[in-house]
Amino acid sequence: MEDLSDLYQEIILSHNKRPRNGEPLIPCTHQADGFNPLCGDKLTVYVRKPDDLVDEISCDTEGCAISRASGSIMTTLVQGKKISEIETLIEETKALLTGDEEPEIDLVQHGDMAALIGVRKFPARIKCATLAWHALESALKGEVDATTE
Amino acid sequence: MKEDTDLREDFPILSQEVHGKPLIYLDNAATTQKPQAVIDRLSNFLSKENANIHRGVHYLSMNATTLYDEARSSVANFINAESDEEIIFVRGATEAINLVARSFCNEKLEPGDEILITEMEHHANIVPWQLVAGENGARVIPAPITDEGEMDLDQFESLLNERTKLVAFVHVSNALGTINPAKKMVDLAHQKGIPVLLDGAQAVAHQKVDVQDLGCDFYVFSSHKIFGPDGVGVLYGRKELLNKMTPYQGGGDMIEIVSFDGTTFRPSPERFEAGTPNISGAIGLKAAIDYVNDIGWETIHEKESLLKDHAHESLEKNPSIKLVGTAENKVPVVSFTIDSAHPHDIATILDTKGIAVRAGHHCTQPLMKRLGLSATTRASLSFYNTIDEINQLTEALKEISALFES
Repeated sequence: MEDLSDLYQEIILSHNKRPRNGEPLIPCTHQADGFNPLCGDKLTVYVRKPDDLVDEISCDTEGCAISRASGSIMTTLVQGKKISEIETLIEETKALLTGDEEPEIDLVQHGDMAALIGVRKFPARIKCATLAWHALESALKGEVDATTE
Repeated sequence: MKEDTDLREDFPILSQEVHGKPLIYLDNAATTQKPQAVIDRLSNFLSKENANIHRGVHYLSMNATTLYDEARSSVANFINAESDEEIIFVRGATEAINLVARSFCNEKLEPGDEILITEMEHHANIVPWQLVAGENGARVIPAPITDEGEMDLDQFESLLNERTKLVAFVHVSNALGTINPAKKMVDLAHQKGIPVLLDGAQAVAHQKVDVQDLGCDFYVFSSHKIFGPDGVGVLYGRKELLNKMTPYQGGGDMIEIVSFDGTTFRPSPERFEAGTPNISGAIGLKAAIDYVNDIGWETIHEKESLLKDHAHESLEKNPSIKLVGTAENKVPVVSFTIDSAHPHDIATILDTKGIAVRAGHHCTQPLMKRLGLSATTRASLSFYNTIDEINQLTEALKEISALFES
């Protein structure tokens, strides 16, 4: 399966099988649903943010390995960060997954998200990888839903 | 009749590589590939015969008109319509259903009326009815299916009542492959005087369709699912119904006399073909029908039933695979799930191996809900597929289930 080593590697499969922070977080201060009407991926991002810091976050995903892994990795990266840091992270992740230029990987900064850049070769699947991040953005803005359309 | 060993070579697209691997095209329920005969026919028409129809007195226009009329006759013969006037060219099966919803149902429906469909319908045979029902205070009722994906005929019969103004159902299910007992269902509806539309989009490439034998009032299908070009399809309707229906769209070619005091309309089929139609598409469809007739249904059935049985047997040997749709009477459409792997992941990995399948809800969201699934992976076969291609699919699925279960 050498062709797949870029996308379906162990990190992704592990997050898919056992998503970190994958249970609903109730009560929470911010929450948004993400939906990809094209393939049916559905997820909810829950955030507890009493002040400028995200104390706790979870992402409950029903969907493919890419969307589940992306949501799981997102929660590990966002937890304990300040809003301004998270906003930067969201922009960087979008550039990483969808930007025109081939990204430079910073393993400290991107962590396990680096494993998802393989999705760039599969245009039909990029929205699976960005869905959780769109929902996070909506949740922090106080919106309720995000879609990939 | 053609030698069947030659058949695969009739389809130039099948000899290419995808991602460095020979293409294995198992997405025939989405669209079928085109034989050289259809490609050549389109090319020849566009390079030597192109003109608008029904208008010119010049040679090319008269010739194009004849070719277009011949295409209509060819379709009429292909599905055994009583006359050419019962064949209306539209954009595809979806437009044909919308035409019937607008021109046949809209005037008939009153508050409280019902349109009976089934739980296994494609969105194209749900949404047009919902729209027209919603505007008239009527309702769309789904007849239930069994867990195997077959109609529950007793329940279907019990749902037919004096409020039912139309029955519309799929002849062959795109998501399950089920061949419905259409003739029996039409009979049940007709016993109560209810007209019936059959969605034949998935049926026409796999079996002989005889609309008079089926007894249906309307039958719809798309050219691109039977080896013809896309953008053209067929509405068959019984003549006495068609000529009582209001026009679908207004424009040129469908009128008798136009004045600012009012306009009178021509009978079917022109009544429903406003504007310049897809002339080359209709002529390409005729070439596809000629091609299918040339191969013959016997050869198609023989090849497809071998492929279907082999696919079912091979996939069933993998304990991780659950087949979705196990009706007794099926076309070679094999839907399945693997617990550990999402259909989109399966389809992406198969794609890297050159294997084209469809993953998702197959435009049958209510059916997926009924079966308790969000999506399936679907391998849909045609006579030009091979046992070896199915073996490669089977091997790839073994690797995939092992990868996700590890």
